[in-house]
Amino acid sequence: MTVTDAVEVRDLVVRYGDTTAVGGVSLTVPRGRVLSLLGHNGAGKTSLLQVCEGFRRADGGTVAVLGLDPMGDHDALMPRLGIMLQSGGVYPWATAGEILRLFASFAATPLDVDMLLDRLGLRKFERTRWRRLSGGEQQRLSLAVALVGRPELVFLDEPTAGMDTEARHTTWRLIEELRADGVTVLLTTHLLDEAERLADDVVIMSSGVVAATGTPAELTAAAGIDLLEVRADPHLVPDGRLAELQVTEPTPGEYAITGNLDAAAIAAVLGWFAGAGAQVTAVNTRRRTLEDVYLALTSGEKVYR
Amino acid sequence: MSGVFAPAPGRAPRRTVVASQIRMELTLTARRGEAVVLAMGVPLLVLLGAGLTEATNVPGDDRLAFVVPGVLALTVMSTAFTGQAITTGYERSYGVLKRLGASPLTRSGLLFAKTAAVLGLIVVQLITLAAVGLAVGWRPHAGAILPALGVTVLATAAYSGLALLMASRLRPEATTGAATLIYVLMLAAGGIMFAAPDLGTFGWFVLPLAAHAEALRATLSYGASVPTAIWLSLGAWAVVFVTAAARTFRWE
Repeated sequence: MTVTDAVEVRDLVVRYGDTTAVGGVSLTVPRGRVLSLLGHNGAGKTSLLQVCEGFRRADGGTVAVLGLDPMGDHDALMPRLGIMLQSGGVYPWATAGEILRLFASFAATPLDVDMLLDRLGLRKFERTRWRRLSGGEQQRLSLAVALVGRPELVFLDEPTAGMDTEARHTTWRLIEELRADGVTVLLTTHLLDEAERLADDVVIMSSGVVAATGTPAELTAAAGIDLLEVRADPHLVPDGRLAELQVTEPTPGEYAITGNLDAAAIAAVLGWFAGAGAQVTAVNTRRRTLEDVYLALTSGEKVYR
Repeated sequence: MSGVFAPAPGRAPRRTVVASQIRMELTLTARRGEAVVLAMGVPLLVLLGAGLTEATNVPGDDRLAFVVPGVLALTVMSTAFTGQAITTGYERSYGVLKRLGASPLTRSGLLFAKTAAVLGLIVVQLITLAAVGLAVGWRPHAGAILPALGVTVLATAAYSGLALLMASRLRPEATTGAATLIYVLMLAAGGIMFAAPDLGTFGWFVLPLAAHAEALRATLSYGASVPTAIWLSLGAWAVVFVTAAARTFRWE
């Protein structure tokens, strides 16, 4: 038997009437990895996930989940998946404990329900009805429902939306533990720190297409050092060696240098200050963060590579 | 080292899956006050009110022989149609059906569980109401129980089909309104508390509740057989609405 990737999406198109939500997306989630689908609301993340979960038929392209067709092989696939919807999906009048036990009873070898309630801080809500839970508590219960069947692949649609900081960190630790235990995770988020912390791979979606793909490090490293800040004597005039770079002096004595800041360029900058006999009191470099890359891509601005 | 979340996917035995879904359906029904009133309160009130007092004019001398079978038929309709339409409509709008559809519970398993829960509920309700009827003096013919069960199964299927059809096509608020309205109209015009409008055989085809009630009266109260037209009417209702529901049912 060949080892297939956990999720293989090829040229996926999803339309709602005249609106194209996903306009030809390809991505792969290898087994045992965490892929984060990053994008604004309306970027097409949830639509893509819904096709993978078998809720929606693709209008074009193909999707294979654990080598199976999410719609055609529905009954064979579902016991192997853990699905966390963005909202709802639960009986409003059932208690947290009843809901989790119901889904546990569907699985051959479920996780221990009490352990899961404790891990997600839901123990004190065991007898609380769903509709009385706060948004964050509902999210945690939805996550527990997704995990209780010991799935090999989980789809988490904005798992930490509506959670407070503590719950968010609990959830992040849990997802890291899932990965360590060999569970494949495909999650959507619009939180950059979430993607950067959790994901092996990030796919940035914008207006229904893939804007960039890579590990968080690759995506930020591609942009290199973004800015060099030097504090020195004021009013120095850049010499010819710095023609390739943009030098500004926003406040007297504080220079901001941008451009292709490779090692030679940085040496040239520092050589210029030395040649001018200036006294340099501070040198700072600033790398692009995933946030810069994301904002540049999703605002349509050209990303510097 | 593999930890607590190490994958071990798989579906529990089908019986376990369906049994726990049935338990959940029944738990939630018992928890909703208006469902319990609709299921037991109204039928009991009608049985005792119309059966023991002269509040309404009923045909014949034996009030209980007319009223008790009518109440049994009304109860089947309230559970299989009104209750089920409202519940399913809201479950769909809350995304519960969609979520359950994406779990190891298969769609046929969910439909089976819903049907079993409704049938179980109806059996308990009918036994209780029949016992109350016996206690206050209703004297049914035990020999006619099989045809009575037969028409009841057909009526249940027809009502369930119509309930699922409405829950699929209408918003939950509209489903609730329409299902309640139909219930009240049927309670008034269905030949339960007083005689249905005399439409002859035609009436049995447009008012399934009246047809079911009449069949239960003929068998249980008078030990006679079910008129052929009623078999045909309820059979047609069942086939038409179960087919329509199967064609149009939507999970989300």
